Amino acid sequence: MEERAFDTGRRPVWCPGCGNYGILIAVRRALAELGLRPEEVVVVTGIGCHGRISDYLKVNAFHTIHGRVLPLATGIKLANPRLTVIGHAGDGDAYAIGLGHLPHAARRNVDITYIVHDNMVFGLTTGQVTPTTPLGVRTKSTPFGNPERPLNPLLLALASGATFVARGFSGDVEHLKELVKQGIRHKGFAFIEVLQPCVTFFNTYKELKEKVYRLEDEGHDPTDFEAALRLAQREDRLPIGVFYKVERPTFEEAFAHAMNPPPALRRLAPPDLSRLLESFR
Amino acid sequence: MDSGEVYVLVAGPAGAGVFASSVIIGKVLLRQGYHVFVTNEYPSLIRGGQQWALVVASPSRPVYSHRRRVDVLVALDRGALLSNIGRLHERAVALCDAADATGDPRVIALPARDVVREEGGPPVAVNTVLVGVLFGMLGGDLETLKGVVRRQFRSREVAELNARLAERGFHLGLQLQGKAPARLAPRGGGGDELLLDGNSALALGLLAGGLTFFAAYPMTPASPILHFLAEVQRDLGIIVFQPESELAAINMAIGAAYAGARAAVATSGGGFSLMVEALGQAAMTETPIVVVNVQRPGPSTGMPTHTAQGDLRFVIHASQGEFPRIVLAPSNPREAYELGCRAMNLAWKYQVPVIVLMDKFLAESYWSTEALPPLRPEEGSVWRGEGGEPYARYRITDTGVSPIAFPGTPGVLVYANTSEHDEYGFGTIDPKTVRAMQEKRFRKLSAIQREAESEGVKTYGDGAIAIATWGSTTMVVREALRELEGVKLVQVVWLEPFPRESFAREVGARRLLIVENNMRGQLASLVREHVLREPEGFLGRYDGRPLDPEEVVEFVKGFAARG
Repeated sequence: MEERAFDTGRRPVWCPGCGNYGILIAVRRALAELGLRPEEVVVVTGIGCHGRISDYLKVNAFHTIHGRVLPLATGIKLANPRLTVIGHAGDGDAYAIGLGHLPHAARRNVDITYIVHDNMVFGLTTGQVTPTTPLGVRTKSTPFGNPERPLNPLLLALASGATFVARGFSGDVEHLKELVKQGIRHKGFAFIEVLQPCVTFFNTYKELKEKVYRLEDEGHDPTDFEAALRLAQREDRLPIGVFYKVERPTFEEAFAHAMNPPPALRRLAPPDLSRLLESFR
Repeated sequence: MDSGEVYVLVAGPAGAGVFASSVIIGKVLLRQGYHVFVTNEYPSLIRGGQQWALVVASPSRPVYSHRRRVDVLVALDRGALLSNIGRLHERAVALCDAADATGDPRVIALPARDVVREEGGPPVAVNTVLVGVLFGMLGGDLETLKGVVRRQFRSREVAELNARLAERGFHLGLQLQGKAPARLAPRGGGGDELLLDGNSALALGLLAGGLTFFAAYPMTPASPILHFLAEVQRDLGIIVFQPESELAAINMAIGAAYAGARAAVATSGGGFSLMVEALGQAAMTETPIVVVNVQRPGPSTGMPTHTAQGDLRFVIHASQGEFPRIVLAPSNPREAYELGCRAMNLAWKYQVPVIVLMDKFLAESYWSTEALPPLRPEEGSVWRGEGGEPYARYRITDTGVSPIAFPGTPGVLVYANTSEHDEYGFGTIDPKTVRAMQEKRFRKLSAIQREAESEGVKTYGDGAIAIATWGSTTMVVREALRELEGVKLVQVVWLEPFPRESFAREVGARRLLIVENNMRGQLASLVREHVLREPEGFLGRYDGRPLDPEEVVEFVKGFAARG
C-alpha cells in the first residue's frame, strides 16, 4: 500500500503550519507501511480542528459528537474485532468533555489506538482554555490568565492501567509514524498523546521544538513502570516515544462467547428463546 | 366472594422475600389454571422499609390490573401487619407469625417461626411457611406448590428445605379452611402460560429482533433488563455490558450498530436525559438504534421505584434539530415482547432511532401471558454491492432510506458523519446539499406514518364515550371496563409519528376522555395537536402510583352522569 491510497484527495482546511498536517501524514504512512487496506480500518473523530481528519483519511470513518470518541470506537471494535480501530480526539475532546471515558478505556484494555491531538487550546471555537493549557496563559475565556493547573495526560493514562502509553510530536513526523505503527500493532489500548502547536491561537512550535527529545536517545526501558511515571512528570524537557508497554488480556477476549463470528458478521436468524422461557413457568 | 377470584397481599420489610413469595404464589395459581396478575411497591432501599406485592387471580377471566380489594394479607413482620391491615375488608384474613399478631379478629396467628426453627431454616424462610399456610387454607394443590417452590431456588438443599417448609405450612393451613375468605377451584390447564413481567418480555422481544449488542448503566426500574440479558448472554452468544455511564452506553451501542451489530440500550428518564445528545447523533448518522425508557416519576431523581408516564413529550422532542423518530408504548408483557422486536426491525428498516416507552408499573408487574408467538428479525436495507456505483452511505433514494453497508465490506468505505454531510458522508454547508439531505431523512416519514396508521391504535369495547390511553394505563382502564358500559377504549400504541387518522376514525363523534399516569395530560396535548380536538375530560394521577381501576370507574360514571 502506498500513502496516497489513504488520501481522499480533499484539501485540508487547517491553517498553514497546523500540527494536524504532521499527524495526518504520520497516520497515512503508518497505515501504508503496516500494509492495511482502507476498508479494514475505521477512524473515529471527535469535534474540533482534529475532527476534520476523517475527511482526509481514506478509510471507514465515524465523525462523532464532542467527547465520545472512546465509547464509539469501543462499540465498533467489540462488534467487529477484525477491524483496525483508531480514535482521534483533541485535547478539549479527550481531556475536558470526554475525560470520563479515558480511565475506563484504559483499564478495559480494548484493542484500539487513541491519538490525542494536544495543542493545549480550543482552536475551532477560536481560542479558549483547555485542561492542558499551562497555568497563567491568557486565552479568550481566561483574559486574566488560566487559573487552573494543567492535567498530565500521560500520568493519568499510566495510573488508569493503559497498556501502551506514548507521546509524539507533530513536528517529528517519522518518529510519530513509528509510534502510530507500534500503537496499532499493540494488542490492547494504545494511548498516544501528540504535542502540536496551534499556530493561530497558541503557537508553541518553537518551545516544543526546543524541549522535545526522543526517549530512545537517552535510553528508556518501556517495561519500567516507575521510570515511565518519572519521565511523564518531566517539565524541563519533554520526552517523546513509548513510555510504557505491557501485554494484558484485551476486553474483546472477555466476550469470546460472542465472537464466533462477532456480532457484526452474524447472519440474522431468530434466536431460540424456548430455554429462556422456562424460568417464567 | 364473587366468581372465585382471590386477592392476596404479601407484605414485609425489604429483604424478607416479599417479591419472591408473590411470584411463587402467582406461579402456583398459574399452574392451577388461573389468570394471574402480580404487582408490587417498594422504597429505594436494600434493607428495612416496608414493601408489598399484590397477587390477583381469577379462574374465569383475564386479570388486567390490581384493585383495591385484599382478601388475604400475608404479613412477614409486625410492621407489615400494622401498615396493611387497613386494606383488608371485613371477611378478609391476615396470616402472620404468632409473635407479630394483634387482637384484630381477622388476624390468624401461626407458629411460622417455630416451624422454620424446627426444620433448621434461616429466619428469612418464614415467608415460605406462610405461603404454604395460604395454599392450605385456600385449598390449593400441595404438589404444585412444592414444585414451584423447589424451582425458585438454585441450590438443591435450599430447594428441599423450602419445599418442606411449604408443606408444613400447607398442613397448618388445612385447619383454617373454615376461615378462608376464598376457595380455589383448580381448573387444570395453564401449561403453556407464562408469568411474565414487562422488563423480561421487552428483553425477549429485543432478542427476537436480533439483538447482538446491549449496553446499559444501572437505573431503576430499567435495570432488570440489563440483569436478564447479562445472565443469558453466553447462551445466546451476544455482548451485554455495563459501561461507565449512559453516555458511554448509547455511544457504544451506536458504534456497534455502525459496525453491523443489532444494538439497543435501556434506561429510565434520568439516563435518557444523558443519552439525548447521542440520540441526535444516531438520527444524523442514520445509525439504527433502539432506546428503551422505563419511566419513573421525575423531575430529576424523583421517586426511583415508582411509576409514571411523564416522559412522553420529552422523548418525542428530545435533541436539537428536526428528524424522524418512532416512539412505541406497550401496555402489557405480550406487547412489550412484540414491540421490542418490532422496534428493532423498524430501526433497521428505516435507519431511525426507535424509542420504546415503558413504565415501572408495566416493567415490574407480572401478567399471565399465553405462549409467546415466534417473531423474526428483519434485516432492513443492507447494501449488497448492486448497481455498480461507488458506495455512498447517504445515497439519495425515493424512500429516503440509503442501503447500509458495514465497515469491512470489500471495496466499500463507510463514512458516518454527525456534521451535515453529502451523499458520501463528507461534511458540507452547501445549502442545496443540506436541503437535499434534510429532505431525504424526512422522506422516510411517509412510509413510517403509514405503518403508524395501520398498527398504531388498538380498541376495546364500544359505546358513546371514548377513553384514550397509552402504555400500562391501558390495562387499568381495561380492568375498569368490566364495570362500565357504553365505553370504547382507544389505546395509542404509536405515539410518534402520531396515528392521527386512525385515532380520529376510532374516536369518531364519541365524547372523548383521556386517562394518563401524569399531571398535565401529555397524550391529551398530542390529541389537541394532531387531531385538533379538545378532550371533554382528563383523569391524571401523579403520585408515583398507577391509577386504580376504581377511580377510573368513578371518573367515567361521574362524567356520564353530568351528561
